[in-house]
Amino acid sequence: MDYTVIVILEILRAISWLVILAAGLAIIFGMMKVINFAHGEFLMLGGYITIMSHNAGVPLWISIAVLAPLTVGLFGILVERLVIRHLYGRIIDSLLATWGLSLLMIGGVTMVFGNTVQGVSTPLGSIAIGAYQVPGYNLLLIVVAALLMAAIWALLRYTSAGLIARATMQNPDMAETLGVRTSWVYMATFGLGSAVTGLAGGLLAPLTGVAPSMGVNFVAQSFITVITGGASMIAGTLSAGTLLGTISQGVTFATGPVWGDAALLLAALVLLRVLPQGITGRIFRKSL
Amino acid sequence: METSLHRDAGFWVMIAIGLALLVAGPLVWDLFQIMQITQYVVLSVYVLSLSYIWGFGGILSFGQAAFFGLGAYTFSVASINMGETTFPFLLAFGLPALFGAALGYFMFYGKLSDVYMGVVTMVVTLIFWKLINHTAGPEYAIGDARLGGFNGIPSVPVLNVPGKPEAWLDPGQMFQVFMAILVILYIVLRTLIASDFGRVSLGIRENETRAALLGYDVRRHKVIVFAIGAGIAGMAGGMWATYQTFVDPNVFSLEMSAKALIWTMAGGVGTLAGPIIAVVVLQYLSLKLGEMHVLNNNFILGGIMMVLVLLVPKGGLPTLRDALVALKARTPAALQR
Amino acid sequence: MTLSRRSFLQASAALTTTLAAPSILHAKTDTIRIGGLHDLSGAIDSSGVPMDKALRYAVAELNAAGGLLGREVEAVTYDPQSNMSLYSQYATQLALKDKVDVVFGGITSASRETIRPIFHRYKTLYFYNCLYEGGVCDRNEFTLGTTPAQTIAQLVPHVMGLWGKKVYIVAADYNYGHISAAWVKRYVEENGGELVETEFFPLDTTQFGSSISKIQGAKPDIVYSLLVGTAHLGFYRQWAASGMKGEIPIASSSFGGAGTENVMLTPEEGNGMVVATGYFPSVDNAANASFKAGIKTFYGNDAPILGEISEVTYESVKMWAQAVSETGATERMGIIQELEKGKSYDMPAGKVAIDPDTHHTIRDVYIAELKDQEMVIQKTFNAVQPSDTQMVCNLSKDPDSNKQFEISL
Repeated sequence: MDYTVIVILEILRAISWLVILAAGLAIIFGMMKVINFAHGEFLMLGGYITIMSHNAGVPLWISIAVLAPLTVGLFGILVERLVIRHLYGRIIDSLLATWGLSLLMIGGVTMVFGNTVQGVSTPLGSIAIGAYQVPGYNLLLIVVAALLMAAIWALLRYTSAGLIARATMQNPDMAETLGVRTSWVYMATFGLGSAVTGLAGGLLAPLTGVAPSMGVNFVAQSFITVITGGASMIAGTLSAGTLLGTISQGVTFATGPVWGDAALLLAALVLLRVLPQGITGRIFRKSL
Repeated sequence: METSLHRDAGFWVMIAIGLALLVAGPLVWDLFQIMQITQYVVLSVYVLSLSYIWGFGGILSFGQAAFFGLGAYTFSVASINMGETTFPFLLAFGLPALFGAALGYFMFYGKLSDVYMGVVTMVVTLIFWKLINHTAGPEYAIGDARLGGFNGIPSVPVLNVPGKPEAWLDPGQMFQVFMAILVILYIVLRTLIASDFGRVSLGIRENETRAALLGYDVRRHKVIVFAIGAGIAGMAGGMWATYQTFVDPNVFSLEMSAKALIWTMAGGVGTLAGPIIAVVVLQYLSLKLGEMHVLNNNFILGGIMMVLVLLVPKGGLPTLRDALVALKARTPAALQR
Repeated sequence: MTLSRRSFLQASAALTTTLAAPSILHAKTDTIRIGGLHDLSGAIDSSGVPMDKALRYAVAELNAAGGLLGREVEAVTYDPQSNMSLYSQYATQLALKDKVDVVFGGITSASRETIRPIFHRYKTLYFYNCLYEGGVCDRNEFTLGTTPAQTIAQLVPHVMGLWGKKVYIVAADYNYGHISAAWVKRYVEENGGELVETEFFPLDTTQFGSSISKIQGAKPDIVYSLLVGTAHLGFYRQWAASGMKGEIPIASSSFGGAGTENVMLTPEEGNGMVVATGYFPSVDNAANASFKAGIKTFYGNDAPILGEISEVTYESVKMWAQAVSETGATERMGIIQELEKGKSYDMPAGKVAIDPDTHHTIRDVYIAELKDQEMVIQKTFNAVQPSDTQMVCNLSKDPDSNKQFEISL
């Protein structure tokens, strides 16, 4: 019984993690059809900001929830203005440029912060469930994932900024004709996506620690979640995260981490064969 | 470019350069240079696999490393078991080509769109990478060859003369064989591109629907192109394994796939010579960077890539060609004669 | 196959001499050149940078003392960027173009197995300085780091005496992890203990929740960690976050070899771990005191964090230099024969001698407890033999051996 609860919690944790990880990428890809290959490095930057500011005396929660998203968001805007802006509609070029960016960031962070950085202990202690104990931080991740999805949904659904964003996503030319500065919308979107990724990095830091090359461990998972999710930002991320998280954690419990990872990849392959436009290309099409 | 092949000066120039290097190289260079240039030759074969399917078939693969790695491991396992290298070398082409055909069938008959296809090829590469990394235990052996997981397979045999397992090629001979392969591959690909089959490929690249409406079987056609590319990448993998006498899971890495994309991009999509030049220039650059201790090398390489994409979006060779054409146009007509 | 390989080697060696002959004339003769190959960028630069710094410091120290044989020592170092093809290129370059007398370097086993055959083929003396899974048998290479049998044989009985008999292994999923896990199993069983479970993790695993739950269910007395790399540090962090710190103790013979891991964990996460390697900065002897002080003054704020891999790098340069002074030349075979005499050298890590049969080291092994990011030495074992490699390798009997043997238990 206890074990079942643990397994379910771990699966929820895995789903939440995939959702948090992929959300920023989903915003950028869903809105702009730009593949940000430096996604993992944005995450890494968020982690570094969190840990460096915490080591400098800033309270951990402020580092995670304010400083990491803010800094990475601003950095994202800078990148959008300098690089991405010139590459709209050129998926492959944007992919290559951001791949270059990822290398640049790995090297830059190594030079600025170094590659041997003391981490932060995971806060929130542990919770006992029968004979087992799980980190309280896991529950936080689940809550944050839910809140994040709700916030993005509310933003898109109920605010005028969200309306403009959705209009731009559906038909940029029409939006432009109606007086929307699409270029600003794109800039804001990229900034927002980066900020969410920065938050994900901040949340990750107390769990795993940071290293300049850590991004590569996460980039594939995020991409696969976003792509199998399909065009809808929220429904896609949620459905793909749920499906892939359940499969990979379930298999990890049954056999071990190697096959868990492989199962995630295989599931994504099969899914794309059956639903070539991703889950929301066929199901939940009208959702956000 | 689509004009008659034998009237294309660039085609003959490339072949002439290739043959000249093939003959003169081992006489002029020292051993270090030979090894160096052999590497460029192997990677050139690899990059052609992508340049062909992307530039002349409109198929974008993020997973050329899957075939490259498959070829490298196929060659290594087969040659360790058989004690000779000729058949394994053929296998390094054949097996990845078959696998490419199967994967191509899966993708093209499933009507996957561009980006999604990119991701599928990437995922397949990652699966290979994960699984091959998992083979460290002694239970993962194929015949005499231990797969070795992360550490890879050491002591991969050097290429031998066909039919004579005892006659190993020395580095100079190996360079000549590989250079010959590259020259032949270049001729074959250029011929293929200029053939009816190649024209249909170009037609599909330009407009898939129109090609289908004209009665061509687009899906079958794309599967064939993709399988050819896979076979070439696999052959390059086999060359890589025997050149290094060593193979490890890095042949399946995202970086390996991305490099093919970068070289093709930097050299120019829709050319074959451009990517080869890009291989030489960029590999040489990365080698020279490692000798200096100025800044972090990732930082410099990443910066160069971004600048390339922003400033030379068409790739090196086409940009150069355009510049020459523009220069010619500006020259008074009288001077041109 | 062995025969044909040898004839290939001869053929290529002959080619080398003919082709390389002209450039020998240009080579500078006034300095002694040594090569260094460590990753200074890329995924494992956190190991490569301290090793490179230790090498440069050792060279500076030699030159400050008047050089070698009255000549200045010059380090030719390259950054292979954690990329195997650059490793093989730079190795070839060091051997054929720079014509260095000796090369120090390589970090992962994959990088070593890429460059070792190259140095063997071109007869360039080679020192490999990392702890690794054992089994390399090549008279051209000296392997100075610890092997699993050296550390595990000491650590397993020690922690079983402290904590109990049920052991649960978590290990990195590659050769080092697998072979080490086999040794842990053997020593646990020899000491009357019980191995509950062995779990392997890919090197890029960062989430350990499911495994920690499994360990909680299995209730072992000891968790024995053979995890490596920065991604795996997440295990210790999540272990502490699950409230397991203080419940089940952790022992490790892979933690702390680079010297950087203990600084990357916070004291609350690391305290109480018991680890074993061939060197800790807290080793108490005169050589270590002057090594630590010297490298600190040399680099100031950029001084590397010291661990086995960086100390052994320093050690290897010093050992080679002493052999050069003894024989009065940098000639390869002379150095090999000198080192094969098995003399004991006083190094920061204690007394170190080369085992002539394996070219590995007979050295002191230390067990330490992690306290506030410092390794506090609890026990020292003198002159521990590389017994694993000794099972498969005997260079006195087979001096032409040129491979890494698989050590199966």
